[in-house]
Amino acid sequence: MTEETFEIVLTVNGVHRAARAPARRLLSDLLRHDLGLTGTHVGCEHGVCGCCTVLLDGEPVRSCLMFAVTASGRAVTTVEGLAGPDGRMSPVQQAFQDCHGLQCGFCTPGFLCTITAFLRDTPRPTDEEILEAVSGNLCRCTGYQNILRSVRRASDLMEES
Amino acid sequence: MKPPPFAYTAPRTVDAALEALAEPGAKVLAGGQSLIPLLNMRLAAPARLVDINGVAGLGALEATAAGVRAGALVRHAAAGRSEGAARVQPLLRRAVRHVAHPAVRNRGTVVGSLAHADPAAELPAVLAVLGGAVEAASVRGRRTIPAGAFFAGPLEPALAPDELAVSAFFPAAPPRSGSAFAETSRRHGDYALAGVAVTVALGADGTVRSARAGYLGVGATPLVLDLTSVAAEGACAAAFARENVDPDGDVHASADYRRHLAGVLTDRALREATAEALAEARLDGPGARDGDGGGGGAA
Ligand SMILES: Cc1cc2nc3c(=O)[nH]c(=O)nc-3n(C[C@H](O)[C@H](O)[C@H](O)COP(=O)(O)OP(=O)(O)OC[C@H]3O[C@@H](n4cnc5c(N)ncnc54)[C@H](O)[C@@H]3O)c2cc1C
Ligand code: FES
Ligand code: FES
Repeated sequence: MTEETFEIVLTVNGVHRAARAPARRLLSDLLRHDLGLTGTHVGCEHGVCGCCTVLLDGEPVRSCLMFAVTASGRAVTTVEGLAGPDGRMSPVQQAFQDCHGLQCGFCTPGFLCTITAFLRDTPRPTDEEILEAVSGNLCRCTGYQNILRSVRRASDLMEES
Repeated sequence: MKPPPFAYTAPRTVDAALEALAEPGAKVLAGGQSLIPLLNMRLAAPARLVDINGVAGLGALEATAAGVRAGALVRHAAAGRSEGAARVQPLLRRAVRHVAHPAVRNRGTVVGSLAHADPAAELPAVLAVLGGAVEAASVRGRRTIPAGAFFAGPLEPALAPDELAVSAFFPAAPPRSGSAFAETSRRHGDYALAGVAVTVALGADGTVRSARAGYLGVGATPLVLDLTSVAAEGACAAAFARENVDPDGDVHASADYRRHLAGVLTDRALREATAEALAEARLDGPGARDGDGGGGGAA
């Protein structure tokens, strides 16, 4: 039996992309396997770890809990799309480097996408708001303290610029 | 793991969705935040998914004097953000804050959470304590299912396989009333071990006219207890709750611990809701309610 496939069109990091895939293709797998954007990581595939978080029309979502076909016609931002056009790191990326906010880096793409959207909506967050914002992302290496520091640093960097 | 194959349709209108659901083996896909994990783990294998995300007219969130009506595509995040909804029925925002994490709330829907009928979910307990209702439609017609009849069992809503839940209705908070939501979970954003939504309404003379508690995590379906006499007589709400819940134990918590939590959380939420009702009664006027509601949502 050959499975029915669907034409899926997305704007990924500002670029028009198209692919054909069965309805059961997860957005995370479409990004990684069909479009070759392996920056989006996949940890648990049931919504718990947050590694696969991307921005859908600017809002953080789990790409492992969405079918690519449902996302068709919409804009997706992945970790590959966070840096400036000249390749300069975004304030959030810069802050993670400055504050040692990553070790193995597996969780980092999900944190970067989540925090990018969070600081856009909440430029000067309280510590409590920061905790709530990153509570849906797991990190097995850092112990989180440097990630929280990175969020505060990113907020400062954004205010300076 | 990856989802098993299924046939897929993405209707644009409610009528087309109902036609598609009339096919045998069809299942609704809303936010996917409960269904897709089940598919990824191969715990579900529906023959056909009817993706309602593109259906027109299901995204409305209406707040009127009577209450809040959420269409099937209202996401948790939108329900939590709405100032209008928070003014009319503050309990909704207080409970939604405890549903999962922000990224899950951006996709998961209020109605989907009711239709999923997880015994540990927040919103079924809220619908139950408020005496709300779900509006269901199929090619056979429309009907309103009151909360008391909607939760038939764990993960078992009173919806026929061909029915679409088109909206849910949460009645407004009456004048001189307060509410509170309290739960305990192992980690922030996890499903709760136990939780409770409490509403308190005072009479014109300031005495307790009605007090109700809706529980999650202590039974197969949301449990509603009438706390009116307990609250009116100043009796021990924690003891009353412990005596009247009958939780199961599992790998997350023993039955005894859940019973203990039900007591502690009932006491806390009843005190908060009563304090708010008293403050409302002092202000004594409709529209005096502040959108953020102050003290809600402990732990
Ligand atoms: C990591 C994680 C943590 C979570 N934590 C919590 C939590 O703490 N508390 C909580 O309450 N929830 C939690 N959830 C679940 C979340 O709230 C879901 O959004 C919700 O349970 C289901 O809504 P949905 O729109 O995603 O439905 P879907 O996943 O699309 O559907 C769920 C079920 O409901 C049916 N259904 C959905 N909509 C309709 C409709 N309109 N008519 C008929 N049937 C319908 C589907 O067929 C399916 O059987 C969590 C999810 C994740 C991934
Ligand atoms: S891979 Fe999506 S949340 Fe873990
Ligand atoms: S840096 Fe290794 S999991 Fe977070």
